Amino acid sequence: MNNSLVELNNCGVFRNQKWLVRGVSLKVSQGEIVTLIGPNGSGKSTTAKMSLDILKPDEGTNTIKKDIRISYVPQKISIDWSLPLRSIDFVNLVTKHKTSEINDALGITGIQHLINEDVRNLSGGEFQRLLMARAIAKEPHFLVLDEPVQGVDYSGEIALYKTIQEIVKKINCGILLISHNLHVVMSQTDYVICLNGHVCCSGIPSSVIKDQEYIKLFGSNIDPTLSLYKHNHDHHHLPDGSIKEADKNK
Amino acid sequence: MFDDFIIRAFVAGIGLALITGPLGCFIIWRRLSYFGDTIAHSALLGVVIAYAMNFNLIIAVFAVSCFIALSLLFLQKRTNLPDDALLGLLAHSVLAIGLVLLGILSFIRIDLMGLLFGDILSVNITDVLFVWVGGSIVLIVLILIWRPLFAATVNLELAKAEGLNADLANAIFTILIASVIAISIKIVGILLITGLLIIPAAASRNLSSTPIQMAIISSVIGLVSVVLGLQTSMIWNSPTGPTILAITLGVFILSLIPLKKLLISKKKIKLSN
Repeated sequence: MNNSLVELNNCGVFRNQKWLVRGVSLKVSQGEIVTLIGPNGSGKSTTAKMSLDILKPDEGTNTIKKDIRISYVPQKISIDWSLPLRSIDFVNLVTKHKTSEINDALGITGIQHLINEDVRNLSGGEFQRLLMARAIAKEPHFLVLDEPVQGVDYSGEIALYKTIQEIVKKINCGILLISHNLHVVMSQTDYVICLNGHVCCSGIPSSVIKDQEYIKLFGSNIDPTLSLYKHNHDHHHLPDGSIKEADKNK
Repeated sequence: MFDDFIIRAFVAGIGLALITGPLGCFIIWRRLSYFGDTIAHSALLGVVIAYAMNFNLIIAVFAVSCFIALSLLFLQKRTNLPDDALLGLLAHSVLAIGLVLLGILSFIRIDLMGLLFGDILSVNITDVLFVWVGGSIVLIVLILIWRPLFAATVNLELAKAEGLNADLANAIFTILIASVIAISIKIVGILLITGLLIIPAAASRNLSSTPIQMAIISSVIGLVSVVLGLQTSMIWNSPTGPTILAITLGVFILSLIPLKKLLISKKKIKLSN
């Protein structure tokens, strides 16, 4: 038996007289991070939706392992102004959790202090952290993250990616990650698929980065040291922006 | 005791207010207020059919309402028109067909004013039973589908992706709206039912910070409005349905007073002193 959670086999979606994406095959297994990269309109989100069975492929097959918990962090989500919704209600949206579990999840993404805040009062970055926290709280087997760090400040972005890695280790889930920020993502990924309406190239990060198709899409002037850049912070920011244990480091 | 028409009116009105509270919240959250109107307008066709075929009014209206709701789902998939245009198309064309039929079938005599604005004082025991039995079923079903329906209201794709049956919940919700409108025709009438669904929920929005709170407060506001409205209409001898609606508007205006802010700012002033 293979241990794949989700498998797309030569999938494509046809809408309004054109193929949004075609010929995509991918496999996400337990404890593995698969990253989709590609320019705007290249079919990244469409591919993610096929892997979640929100969109049925018009061609090819999508197989999702039965009885697995799935968490989804969509690219865009707007809460209607008429909805009174606190962070805690949002975390409980699909599955009800214990308050301690919610606190833990919000703590991991650094917004524990916002648990009773109305969702509409959150900033873009805080809301993105809330989306992540909700996804984590479910302890999913399969986690789909569609541009999960948009609107998050730079150091927060790296911290969140680190969090993602930690989650994989902790709950041993499979992750399908969509990102345009290659610099940070690449070093933490097991497998990269470069999309542009079809699969341009795929493989482990270090081989994709040398691929001619990849260079055509993203240019050759990407500094390889930058692509595999690992950010080292010597301090840690608290949610309010102050530096944790700043005086100790002096 | 059920012989007394005043008591029947109270019992029916209170029952209706309890259902319209939570349903009205979903109508506001999902921006469906015009949908409620459309279903209500098309109810006239159901009324004409019921009279022509000598059939139960509430069941006929319910059947027509469901048909209109399904037509809307069909049109949404088949055309590129925006929802409000489709709803306008359905509402007025079905209303027109109802009026044409009413004209052709000249033997039908309908109290048009009663139909448009309802007549809560004329409800009989059967109507009261429809409100309470039908209403209880609607509430129980709503509680059963609450999680998938609410998740789909917040974000449809997220609900679907994480394994909730959002499409089914949406379809059931549509049927619930149709049934509440059918139940309420006799009580508040075609023109005012959307108001009873929306205004208490809107007032409740200003007072609540969680979805469940909003649903409950909305029911309470509806209930208070029905009781006050009935009494007021008896004192002033005013039409009952419109009086109830006018009271809900009064509650809505009161709900705009930012009580929390006033309390907090007073505290701050005290602190700064």
